[in-house]
Amino acid sequence: MTMGADIWVYIEHAQAAPKKVSLELLSCARSLSTALGGNVVAFVPGSKIDRVIAAVGPRGADIIYTAEHPLLDTYTTDGHAAVLADAVRAESPAIVLVGSTAQGRDLAPRVAARLGAGIVTDCTTLGWRDGKLLATRPMYTRKAIGTVRVTGGGPCIAVVLPAMYPLPDADSPRQPEVRRRPVQLDGKAIRTSVREVKSVHRETIPLIEANVIVSGGRGMKAPENFAILDDLARALGAAVGSSRPPVDSGWVPHDYEIGQTGKTVSPQVYLACGISGAPQHLAGMSGSKYIVAINKDPNAPMFQVADLGVVGDLFEIIPKLTEAVKKVKSGIGD
Amino acid sequence: MNIVVCVKQVPDTEAPIRITPDGSGIDETGLTLVMNYYDEHATEAGLRLREQFGGTVTLVSVGPERAREALRTGLAMGADDAVLVSDPALNGADHLGIARVLAAVIKTLPHDAVICGKLSTDDNAATIGAALAEYLGLPQATAVAHLEVDAAGTGAVVHREVEGGVEVVAVPFPALLTVERSLNEPRYPSLPGIMKAKRKEIKILTLENLGLTAAEVGVAAARTALVRLSPPPARKAGRIVEGDTEQAVAAILAFLKDEAKVL
Amino acid sequence: MDFQLTDEHRMIQATVREFATREILPRAAALDHSPTFPAEIIQKAAALGLMGMMVPERFGGAGVDAVSYVLVQEELARASAGVQTIITVNNSLVCDPIAHFGTEEQKRRYLPRLCSGASLGCYCLTEPAYGSDAMSLQTSARRDGGEWVLRGTKIFVTNGVEADICIAYARAGPEPGARGISAFIVEKRFPGISVGKVEKKLGIKCSSTAEIVLDDCRVPASNLLGEPGTGGKIALSTLDGGRLGIAAQAVGIARAALEEATAYAASRQQFGRSIGEFQAIQWMLADMATRTDAARLLMLRAAYLRQQGTRYTREASMAKLFASETAMWTTHKAIQIFGGYGYIQDYPVERYFRDAKITEIYEGTSEVQRLVIARHVLGKNVIGDA
Repeated sequence: MTMGADIWVYIEHAQAAPKKVSLELLSCARSLSTALGGNVVAFVPGSKIDRVIAAVGPRGADIIYTAEHPLLDTYTTDGHAAVLADAVRAESPAIVLVGSTAQGRDLAPRVAARLGAGIVTDCTTLGWRDGKLLATRPMYTRKAIGTVRVTGGGPCIAVVLPAMYPLPDADSPRQPEVRRRPVQLDGKAIRTSVREVKSVHRETIPLIEANVIVSGGRGMKAPENFAILDDLARALGAAVGSSRPPVDSGWVPHDYEIGQTGKTVSPQVYLACGISGAPQHLAGMSGSKYIVAINKDPNAPMFQVADLGVVGDLFEIIPKLTEAVKKVKSGIGD
Repeated sequence: MNIVVCVKQVPDTEAPIRITPDGSGIDETGLTLVMNYYDEHATEAGLRLREQFGGTVTLVSVGPERAREALRTGLAMGADDAVLVSDPALNGADHLGIARVLAAVIKTLPHDAVICGKLSTDDNAATIGAALAEYLGLPQATAVAHLEVDAAGTGAVVHREVEGGVEVVAVPFPALLTVERSLNEPRYPSLPGIMKAKRKEIKILTLENLGLTAAEVGVAAARTALVRLSPPPARKAGRIVEGDTEQAVAAILAFLKDEAKVL
Repeated sequence: MDFQLTDEHRMIQATVREFATREILPRAAALDHSPTFPAEIIQKAAALGLMGMMVPERFGGAGVDAVSYVLVQEELARASAGVQTIITVNNSLVCDPIAHFGTEEQKRRYLPRLCSGASLGCYCLTEPAYGSDAMSLQTSARRDGGEWVLRGTKIFVTNGVEADICIAYARAGPEPGARGISAFIVEKRFPGISVGKVEKKLGIKCSSTAEIVLDDCRVPASNLLGEPGTGGKIALSTLDGGRLGIAAQAVGIARAALEEATAYAASRQQFGRSIGEFQAIQWMLADMATRTDAARLLMLRAAYLRQQGTRYTREASMAKLFASETAMWTTHKAIQIFGGYGYIQDYPVERYFRDAKITEIYEGTSEVQRLVIARHVLGKNVIGDA
């Protein structure tokens, strides 16, 4: 397969709107296209996708390929892998960018295997060097960064983490050409079926989506003390998490756990309260943009990674902080 | 039911890693190597299926000879037997190459369910499961957090965690599943299990046994290569505030407003 | 000489370390501050095969060797000496004598339940007036038809509250000293046995230590363990294995103290640097590490001899003596390294110090161990041979 120079972005969408990460990848594709000289192509599979196309249009793609078929209404591996693989075979893009979502991670390796494409996942940055795609990605539970080169002839697939590239403004002067690709899909070839998609309405924001996380460790001393973190989180519009010891001691449920044996989060702000900062915990939150640590132990390792470290009694500080935040949010005071 | 579980031996995530001076990889001296913990969940899922339906659980791994230890852990948990493909020609193979080798082994075994961990904690690539499903021509369900197999063992309904919710998917068997840690609580290998594992077979195969060549699956066929491994960027040292509660609260408030801009 | 552990040993050690770290360690402090019997942990330990580790597989045990046994006990004790006490007594002082001296029928009746966690065992030897001089014990046993009738009081019985199966020693014959003593398997459901005073202790608090009162307790003749008059021999033989378990307990406690002190020394800053940079601290840690390693090696040697089938009394005594004194010394130094924080219950080292003390006392005080060892050194019979 001779390779073109186009960069494709797989547009994942739900409820007639493209996923944020897919739009972010249009920026990534744009910066790669200056090196490769090809087009930025948005690939939109699905059924009744006109509103998605309209939303993608102003975000900077040169071409929009669609693959429309009623069987693509809900995501299935068989259906979506078939149309993506066929399209890539037919058009030979150089690179296909896929957002690292549950769908993207399900789809991309299957398509790579079908095409014999080079595939690199969890990418944090992408670049084009000496005619090859170079990607950086976290490895060894975030204890190292790997730089990976995709080699050989044929397309590369890069699965890229969210929030690595900026969301392009919806004001691109480019008017993308929409090319509707014919799709042949046999229902019998789609072996799995989605029974339902349950939206989980949670009272609190899920940790992996939260912009601000308030997190408690062993220093919280007792399960009932997490209530002061709940209060602060409510005031801040934040999610509440924990390190491992409160989970092991049964103070909070397992889905609170952030760290190697729990979730990996990368919020804008991570407020670590009474958390010493063991490596296993840092592995789960060191990707946070800003880290604030409150601990009465000045030797706590968390202070070495915190942007702002406060040595003090969290039982005094947190409730007063909550009051101060409430005042700010309601417009009273400074 | 015939269940195949894919297993990888990786460094213990509890221990720090040392990157070699030339950045080509990690220094393996003194490393504790264990079964990838996602594969413990996969093995547990396989054992529970065997408890439900009878049959066998076979572990399959690709790696150096020392990967036998990881297979022994699975055998000690209760798996029946194991296959290890160990061949120096696989040094530098990429994920698709490894998946092709696994497929070649699994094609020789009866399999109703092939279960993999969602990812392995060394490269965190989460690539081999779905690629293996492609090579085996099986339907797949990835990142399975809940698994219910029907009474006849002909298929399963799984829950997959997706952004903002849970996807409930019906998958016919034979199928390939990759599993999340939230799927189950893996059993500890019991001491009697460890003693029994001594008597269970680990078959060692080379590429030749599988009718594969280095050119097909080794480094020559690899489409990705690790150029360099680096330590994560050091965070810039922040500042420490010591003082009374009022000062502490004021400092945090100012930080949230002016620097982090979340207030 | 090969100092390497076998693959099985390493796997067993790693499994139990993981189990202890995840299931026991997070609860260890609470089990000491508000002691309760850790029933859930014991059931999980039983599921892992830890309650009758050296019992043959055909009786429900794991059938592992003595080296595996001590490695496991060390891992358990590192997490919680209290929990480990419960487990080691069940293994060494109850399963062991039944497995070695019991009839096929006794083994079939009692070992599977002791291994599965369905039953818990305790050991009734010590009496209010007879501790180190155990072979002069006075609990009596008289034959009455198809039963033995036991009368006496036993104290300091570990697992006394929760156990349903007791190995009890009583004077059944007219001979003084060891030769008049017989061993019995007594179930708590037999008439005439009750739990008396429950002691509050300095350490190992979650394991119960109780008085067992035998008030004309009726024991079926089929529950005599071994031949009449061999109770002394059974007790001494059982103590060898028990001392292995206590040596391992002491090594585990010492290691816990060493690990905590090392971590603290590395992170605690004073005078502008970590205290681990000060020679005074370094020397303490060096001595702690050396003694703990030496204790472990003595423990492993004794275990190795046992699994070779060699008599290991001297080596078990040496291991128990040295390990227990090491545990005391090491935990003492650990508190010193922690300074003020070491005295505070928020930190584990004061618990290690309190837990360590008993290892110098039970299953033969350090003084008795020295007598045993000296007898082997001098080649003379100082305490009557059994």
